[in-house]
Amino acid sequence: MFGDYSIGDLGAIFAMQGFAGLILFSVYVLMALGLAIIFGQMGVINMAHGEFMILGAYVTWMTSSAFQAYLPSLFPGYFFVAMILAFIAAGALGMLVEWGLIRHLYKRPLDTLLATWGLSLILQQAYRSIFGAREVGVELPQWMLGSKQITDTIEVPINGIFVMCLTFLITAAVAYVMYKSRWGRQVRAVVQNRVMAGAVGINTEKVDRYTFGLGCGIAGIAGSAFTMIGSTGPTSGQLYIVDTFLVVVFGGAASLFGTIASAFSISQAQSTMEFFMSGSMAKVLTLLAIVAILMVRPQGLFALKVRK
Amino acid sequence: MESPRFLSRSDLIGLAALALLLVVILPLSLDVFRLNLVAKYLTYAFVALGLVLCWGFGGILSLGQGVFFGLGGYGMAMYLKLEASSVANTKIQSTPGIPDFMDWNQITQLPLFWQPFHSLTLTILAILIVPTLFAYLIGAAMFKRRVGGVYFAIITQAIAAILTILIIGQQGYTGGINGITDLRTLKGWDIRPDHAKVVLYFVEVAFLFGCILLALFVRHSKLGRILVAMREKEDRVRFSGYSVANFKIFAFCLAAMFAAIGGAMFTLNVGFMSPSFVGIVPSIEMVIYTAVGGRLSIFGAIYGTLLVNFAKTSLSESFPQLWLFGLGALFIAVVLIFPNGLAGIWRDHVQPLIDKVLNRRKSGSDHTSGKTLGPVAGGAPAE
Repeated sequence: MFGDYSIGDLGAIFAMQGFAGLILFSVYVLMALGLAIIFGQMGVINMAHGEFMILGAYVTWMTSSAFQAYLPSLFPGYFFVAMILAFIAAGALGMLVEWGLIRHLYKRPLDTLLATWGLSLILQQAYRSIFGAREVGVELPQWMLGSKQITDTIEVPINGIFVMCLTFLITAAVAYVMYKSRWGRQVRAVVQNRVMAGAVGINTEKVDRYTFGLGCGIAGIAGSAFTMIGSTGPTSGQLYIVDTFLVVVFGGAASLFGTIASAFSISQAQSTMEFFMSGSMAKVLTLLAIVAILMVRPQGLFALKVRK
Repeated sequence: MESPRFLSRSDLIGLAALALLLVVILPLSLDVFRLNLVAKYLTYAFVALGLVLCWGFGGILSLGQGVFFGLGGYGMAMYLKLEASSVANTKIQSTPGIPDFMDWNQITQLPLFWQPFHSLTLTILAILIVPTLFAYLIGAAMFKRRVGGVYFAIITQAIAAILTILIIGQQGYTGGINGITDLRTLKGWDIRPDHAKVVLYFVEVAFLFGCILLALFVRHSKLGRILVAMREKEDRVRFSGYSVANFKIFAFCLAAMFAAIGGAMFTLNVGFMSPSFVGIVPSIEMVIYTAVGGRLSIFGAIYGTLLVNFAKTSLSESFPQLWLFGLGALFIAVVLIFPNGLAGIWRDHVQPLIDKVLNRRKSGSDHTSGKTLGPVAGGAPAE
């Protein structure tokens, strides 16, 4: 299948597809980060994660419409406000859900799956009732349009670069919060030994609530970033949820580095194969490869070494 | 094998009540259209029955039962499709004698994997063996390496996604998103008219009772007790010298076979098969039927399937928006408030009440009924 292309063409193809893969990688990482915190750290399967992401996307869409209508002069910078609002909205909903639903189910992880699936159905229908069944797209500000020419054959879209930078910043921030801050240490203490963490004076309930809220908030930011590259509908979240779970499981559930590495390999494999065959076959092959590797190595690529 | 009578008194009562409902009450009170709807719901009951075995008893939650349902359904659909696309029926195609969707996709020869479906015997064997074998492969790969719980659920879900994408993507071989439609006859017998629907309904009910008896047998045999023991304390069962993986694989395979039979009956009753019954969403819905009915109760799962589907049909006919809210709330309520489903409510609240009334009437002459039917301590399943 490579025969029809010259070496130079192939280089350009791989570069372009690689870059397209990087955008997919950014979405995966942003979604998987939140999931890695909720699933990897807390052991909760949040099937409504995609819906939290879509909430962020709708908040971004509303913010951009509001800026267009009332503050057109500030429109180029709406995205930064939207992102913060998306984080707050999704995080607040996440904490509410933790309080109302998840905290009763910490000992039954499989049941969190069913309950959050129910939650996702309710949220989807709520979006459909509030925002309509049609997909909505955000109008990008001028500076995000267009693309940058790198060589004659390779050009990369600016919004893609922006999303990638954003992903990098958020990942760095999450890594800092989880591994360097006082609160992150509390989270990890609660995860490793809940009873002992409680005994040394950590308010485990509060830690649980904020951890869940943080994971959902990051999903909101992911949704916000998602509006830069695609349109949003009530069921868009469902498209990504299985992939994201595979990303997290494949990387090793409790390892942030593993999550990033697996998101990278999955998105690159998907995007490179897409050029040579139909998108659906590329997806099938990627998923099959992941499942096959998981059967050989069930703990994922980067398993934490823990005593059980 | 283990005990000469594997049916306890409550099982017999349950069987009789279900038989009364499915064989007498429903056929007499419903018109053919509604009866066919019930037949469609009951195909999911096969899946729910399998889920009681592997999820309720074995503790293995599979989110990919749609895969096995679909494999069974597609097997049957391929046979019926080949029968419907005889050379005489497909004269107008550029290649007569192959299914119409292949013709539309410029395929001129019947693919190799379609060839066996010319024969009904081979088709039935395929319906029973292919999904079971597939389940065996997945189960062996996972359980031998002690993958379970959440990870198993996610991987089965991914497999459901893979199969759906594959079916939709390979339009020329599978009929794509539309599935396999326009099915007509089974061995020359037209499956479309009303009287055929009624016959198929009774055949299906007979199969369902066969599967229920098999499930009850497994439940009351030593195997079933090991399954439950495994769910509660897997390590202890392993240390006692049992091969935990093999028992899990068996339960999973049996569940897959039930699902495949359900799928094949679905194709016969509904008259088509499509990828929308294979993917993640239908697979999770099948889990919720089981959960609503009671994941520990063989009969509960069947009533749960019927009830949720009745509710779905009647609610979504009149209030399509409310239905999704209702279904979502149902998921949450089942998990939070009554994790053992309707069967749990029946066992914990209704049954003791009945016993109390009965015992008062008999005024202490006979206490045995209360003992055999009462709830078992410690949340262990009682039928």
